Amino acid sequence: MSIEIRNVTKRFGEYAAVDGFSLEVASGSLTALLGPSGSGKSTLLRIVAGLETPDEGEVVLAGELATELAPQKRGVGFVFQHYAAFKHMTVRDNVAFGLKIRKRPKDEIAARVDELLKLVGLQAYGARYPAQLSGGQRQRMALARALAPEPKVLLLDEPFGALDARVRAELRDWLRRLHDEVHVTTVFVTHDQEEAMEVADRVAVLNEGRLEQVGTPVELYDTPTSEFVMRFVGDAHRLADRLVRPHDIALAREPSGRAVEVEVERITLLGADVRVDLVDGHGERLVARVPREELEELGLERGEILWAQPAAERVFVD
Amino acid sequence: MRRFAPRFVALGYLTVILLAPLAMVFWRTFEHGLSPFWHSLSSQETLHAFQVTLMITAIAVPLNTVFGVVVGLAIVRRRFPGKGLLNAFIDLPLALSPVVVGLSLFLLYGRTGWFGSWLTRHGVQMLFAWPSMALATIFVSVPFVAREVIPTLRELGDEQEQAASTLGASPWQTFWRITLPSIRWAVVYGVVLTTARCLGEYGAVAIVSGRIVGKTETATLLVQDSYERFDATGAYTVGLVLAAIAVVVLVIMTLTKPKESTA
Amino acid sequence: MIVVLPIAALVWESKKDGAHTFWQVVRSPEATAALKLTLVAAVIVALVNAVFGTVIAWVLVRDDFHGKSLVNAVIDLPFALPTIVAGLTLLSLYGPHSPIGVDVAFTRTAIVLALCFVALPFVVRTVQPVLHELDREMEEAARSLGASEVAVFGRIVLPNILPGILSGVALAFARAVGEIGAVVLISGNLPYRTEVSSVFVMNRIESGDSAGAAAVAVVLLVVSFAILLGIGGLRFLVTRHERHA
Repeated sequence: MSIEIRNVTKRFGEYAAVDGFSLEVASGSLTALLGPSGSGKSTLLRIVAGLETPDEGEVVLAGELATELAPQKRGVGFVFQHYAAFKHMTVRDNVAFGLKIRKRPKDEIAARVDELLKLVGLQAYGARYPAQLSGGQRQRMALARALAPEPKVLLLDEPFGALDARVRAELRDWLRRLHDEVHVTTVFVTHDQEEAMEVADRVAVLNEGRLEQVGTPVELYDTPTSEFVMRFVGDAHRLADRLVRPHDIALAREPSGRAVEVEVERITLLGADVRVDLVDGHGERLVARVPREELEELGLERGEILWAQPAAERVFVD
Repeated sequence: MRRFAPRFVALGYLTVILLAPLAMVFWRTFEHGLSPFWHSLSSQETLHAFQVTLMITAIAVPLNTVFGVVVGLAIVRRRFPGKGLLNAFIDLPLALSPVVVGLSLFLLYGRTGWFGSWLTRHGVQMLFAWPSMALATIFVSVPFVAREVIPTLRELGDEQEQAASTLGASPWQTFWRITLPSIRWAVVYGVVLTTARCLGEYGAVAIVSGRIVGKTETATLLVQDSYERFDATGAYTVGLVLAAIAVVVLVIMTLTKPKESTA
Repeated sequence: MIVVLPIAALVWESKKDGAHTFWQVVRSPEATAALKLTLVAAVIVALVNAVFGTVIAWVLVRDDFHGKSLVNAVIDLPFALPTIVAGLTLLSLYGPHSPIGVDVAFTRTAIVLALCFVALPFVVRTVQPVLHELDREMEEAARSLGASEVAVFGRIVLPNILPGILSGVALAFARAVGEIGAVVLISGNLPYRTEVSSVFVMNRIESGDSAGAAAVAVVLLVVSFAILLGIGGLRFLVTRHERHA
């Protein structure tokens, strides 16, 4: 099911959490809403789910106007950051909930629950209560629960935000693979740009309730259309009057072209790369990333004066 | 409209059960004018009854406050056998009927009772006199201070006290300067509840006091007695004073209530 | 010590005249009638309170209107007001000379009314914190899965506040069974009709039959204890999901 968000605005008092936002999400795609806290991404997701109503604008689901439709009627699956597990029900009953509401026959429900528990790897935990599961397990249960009634859209609100780093990484992979298998239109919200880049087909970057840019991860990284996007998706630093990515700073002992004089503050070895902290004549700090070999070639040391030049491609000028 | 339905049901119920009757008491008391009200209020009987009530309250409240704090500290900060049992027993007066309490005391301290015979021989009269009434009142109001102090102490933890002792404070100093101030509002709230309970006690005291007019009648007993003697104005007068005190108590309660969760 | 001894004395006294006399008093028509009335009234009050108390708690936690904090404070009034005055206030409005023409004095309705008054705060105060702590996202999740508002309340909210309701019901029941002050004026204490057990016991004492009084008191204690245990057991069952996390 495709989603179309048309010019949606949502205010809380004086403050506009979402401001004239428009986006089209293709059916079957996996899209990320990326942005810092307070950028309105969660609010937007909840508007699509029907858990909030916009002050202006429309939400269109599969070509039909859904702005005023109650969440119960939208056929949308929602996964919350803090799981929202039904504490008083077993894992099986949690997953079965959507089906029981729709009054499906018992054996159909049992079969579907089994299928989903297997899909999320919780077959052995059916009779347990959420309190007895780990965070990662609870979230997988929440996913199974949302998928059970075969929603046309799956929405996830910072689904891995409450989990620790390793579990987060595992579940990220797992979500990608799940989508490849299940093909439900999926939209997820995150403030972690790495997560968005790794998992999504398309990423929409939000800032202060507005859409900054939407595109594939590569497009956003290589051709950001604003300073905000460049800084948010990947690193960027000021060099002279330009914004440059750390990998695109060329270091040399002799000045050339538009090179800027910098001093080496610190050198840190990071596996195959080296991180070089530099400071320019105005006291502005920047970071360069160079491959190991280059470090050895240049024979860099702390306190040395060098010339930094942005490489020709991938430079963003305000 | 559906949104408002629960609100109306709730408010309706409250009005019928609580608010309307309360308003009526005001009306009834002054129904026949100010002078009968004043007459009842200033009669010997009324004044004496209030005296008895206040005296008993003045005995029970401080005793139970000290007890509550001490027991609270013991339960939360120390280990000893029978702790759980003690905890359960503190709550016991809340579950017991005041009549049962009165009866038990009656049996214990009556002339033929376990303690009664010994006491009578030594010239101490418990029943039909203020000592048993005080005892009854103490019993029924035991839980309140302890029940407020215990959760508060638990939440606070004893780190502050530990810090104080590392800084050289003696146990007494620690208690006085650190522990007590930190539980101060819980104690105040508990004291308010205790006082309200003491002022309002009826059942247990009715049994042990013998309701001797002018001697062992408390304000609450007077209300009942007046009504049964067809002195409605008298009953309402005392009732109104007690209600007024209750409203003041309620206000203090609301102001000092521990921040649990009232939305 | 102040607590334990009186109870022990009570039990002892009730056995004083022997088992035979014990049952004689307890089985007597007047005592049985009083016991039945007391228990039935207490059950009714507990149930009424369970419903209205929950509604009131809901309104206080989820709703908002002018004077809400006032209403919240007023809930505690039955705690602060002497029970005999409570009985008096109800009498003034719902008894003889009632300005609205409702006279239920000397009826069983009056007993239920009086007990509802004194038991009012219990369920409200035990449900409020539970409702406040309730994870609203569970309700949103249920909605997103297609549950109607009624289903959300019945399948999600209610099961989670049930332990709170049960605690309140237990307290309300215990209070109702033992209440005397609020009931003594408005019920008229007519034997076999509107005499509750607490009044019965008091009358027995005043007639000098303290053994009889003790007998009935013990029976009342045992029955209440059994019911409270039952409610406690129910509560234990209902909170299964919170344990061994």
